[in-house]
Amino acid sequence: MAATGSRAPLTWAVHLATLFLVAIWVLPTLGLFVSSVRDKDQISVSGWWTALTTSTQNKIFRAPGADGQVQRGDVFVITGDVLEGGPGVVSNFGISSRDPQAFQSGESAVLRDGSALTVKSDGTFEIVSSEEITKARGQRIFYQATSPPRFTFDNYRNVIAAENLGRSFINSLTVTIPATVIPILIAAFAAYALAWMEFPGRALLIAVVVGLLVVPLQMSLIPLLTKYNEIGAFFGVPAKTYLGIWLAHTGFGLPLAIYLLRNYIAGLPREIMESARVDGATDFEIFMKIILPLSFPALASFAIFQFLWVWNDLLVAIVFLGAGDSELVLTGRLNNLLGMRGGQWDILAASAFITILVPLLVFFGLQRYLVRGLLAGSVKGG
Amino acid sequence: MEQLLWALFTMVLGVAGCAGYFYGSNALLDRIYPANAAARHAGLSAAQISTNINKSNAIRPWLFLGPALLLLTAFLIYPVIDSLRLSLYDADKESFLGLGNYVWLLGDSGFHESIFNNALWLIVVPSAATFFGLIIAALTDRIWWGNIAKSLIFMPMAISFVGASVIWKFVYDYRAEGQEQIGILNAIVVFLGGEPQAWITVPFWNNFFLMIILIWIQTGFAMVILSAALRGIPEETIEAAVIDGANPLQIFFKIMIPQIWGTIAVVWTTITILVLKVFDIVFALTNAQWSTQVLANLMFDWMFRGGGHSGRGAAIAVIIMVLVIPIMVWNIRRANAEMRGH
Repeated sequence: MAATGSRAPLTWAVHLATLFLVAIWVLPTLGLFVSSVRDKDQISVSGWWTALTTSTQNKIFRAPGADGQVQRGDVFVITGDVLEGGPGVVSNFGISSRDPQAFQSGESAVLRDGSALTVKSDGTFEIVSSEEITKARGQRIFYQATSPPRFTFDNYRNVIAAENLGRSFINSLTVTIPATVIPILIAAFAAYALAWMEFPGRALLIAVVVGLLVVPLQMSLIPLLTKYNEIGAFFGVPAKTYLGIWLAHTGFGLPLAIYLLRNYIAGLPREIMESARVDGATDFEIFMKIILPLSFPALASFAIFQFLWVWNDLLVAIVFLGAGDSELVLTGRLNNLLGMRGGQWDILAASAFITILVPLLVFFGLQRYLVRGLLAGSVKGG
Repeated sequence: MEQLLWALFTMVLGVAGCAGYFYGSNALLDRIYPANAAARHAGLSAAQISTNINKSNAIRPWLFLGPALLLLTAFLIYPVIDSLRLSLYDADKESFLGLGNYVWLLGDSGFHESIFNNALWLIVVPSAATFFGLIIAALTDRIWWGNIAKSLIFMPMAISFVGASVIWKFVYDYRAEGQEQIGILNAIVVFLGGEPQAWITVPFWNNFFLMIILIWIQTGFAMVILSAALRGIPEETIEAAVIDGANPLQIFFKIMIPQIWGTIAVVWTTITILVLKVFDIVFALTNAQWSTQVLANLMFDWMFRGGGHSGRGAAIAVIIMVLVIPIMVWNIRRANAEMRGH
């Protein structure tokens, strides 16, 4: 009795607490995503959480001067559209900065030279004067417009074309694909040797691999860059090449690859290998025909880790590939934009989403393998 | 596009090269020391075959390990040793300074700031990420939409540090008072009647706003691993506690937590190592302005800014390495113990 009585509120508390935490975790990303598809002008004047409501903006429009007037009967008229064809509804307008909302749309205001200005709610306006207008500079019209929510992919179109993001996307792919695939086979052979072959020094090698897992990348940068420069100078080729970064990422990824795969392969049943050996199979055949196919889940886990790590890496890319316009990868480009276009959220939001799109797709598509890999690496699954 | 084709070509070439190496070297070994059916047909004696088997068994592991060892040596072991050496030299890499660079570090204000901030990061980030990970793991195990919730909280793991920095910079966005705030944090502050702040420029506290980003990313990792550990707890221990009349909180803190201490330690140390290497977030958001310097960024500064000083850069890298070593030793011990358990 008492148990069921206290259980129900507790369950509610669990639901609410989880919902609250999920909201905190999701809102930052959601906010930037919503902003990336909002109209450029709206991003900077209202919070993204108001994206679905109508927004109110105060703006200034300068009407054409004397050149724009047309004679209509015995009056001179200047016409135009303060919204310049854009969507929105004008609610108020004014003719001086001191009182920018003095008149309701549809009313007419008397200007200093005696002419009359009327702004309609659809944004069209008319200045009517009984004498020829002489002022070359046009009248300033202050107005308040409410515009409906607007969603657009313009921001994405802009950054891909103007900010060279397309180029960086290709660069990122160029770096990532070989750097993900090449280590797999190298690591798998080493892992098999460390798991199932008997040789002196095996325990020491495993300890070395575990130790290298945590070596800070920073230790490698200066010596490797020096070597790359020497080798580049020796052969007369640039020091910063794709080949260099592929090799670097392969080397940096190997400890994790060997560790994950060794744990997995060591957990495979001994009988399989022994029966194959009785049938006369060599280690090479056992590895190619039995171990490799059986290890697919572990290979997939590592491939996902390596893919995410290489794609998201900034440090190795700017050190070994460079920070020039043509060689920047997506993370480097985004970092540059963050520095140069600090407040331009239309550009930043769309760029950020282009850089995280591929990892997110990989993540949601292959999450199962990612989780399995994490567990094998840390709690030692099985 | 052409470049991408080159990349694919290299990838195929690389994989084919590896496969060719492994296949070729094995075939060569079998030819030099024949021990298979063909050897028997060739009329080798049983004794010869058995020496051949022993010899090839002694060599084959090294064929399998060869490429991996070569790469590990070239890209990790050699650089570690060389960094140690370079840290004893001046910027020209030739004049020996002894411990000069380290002595200089002790007096450098940038280094003091980094050590102080890194200590903050090391205290706050691993504990907060582990704490939230544990709470979320425990909560989501009890509800039907737990897997969806987990998936969403795990998601930041796939986002780069730079991407995450942009996402959070937007959260922290600041507009002068009176203007409409477009950053959600300031909007909430203003809504509650407070004054908007430029969060990442407020010394000392800005460190915490940067840390939140890493906590946001790492909580998913902690959650996934701790959730698996919680599920691994034997049912009987919990049932026994229920029968004894323990309430859910008591069960959680007194029965479940003690059983997963080992896993909590693993999560904690893994995040600690990541924190020591954290670079991108500071580099992207503040570039060490407003007293947010950390070791990894300071190292990058000395490596490249103003011509660079390889000795000082290497010395800072060595400091990071020294901080990692205790965890490294602990990891190796744990791995050894596990292997013996097999």
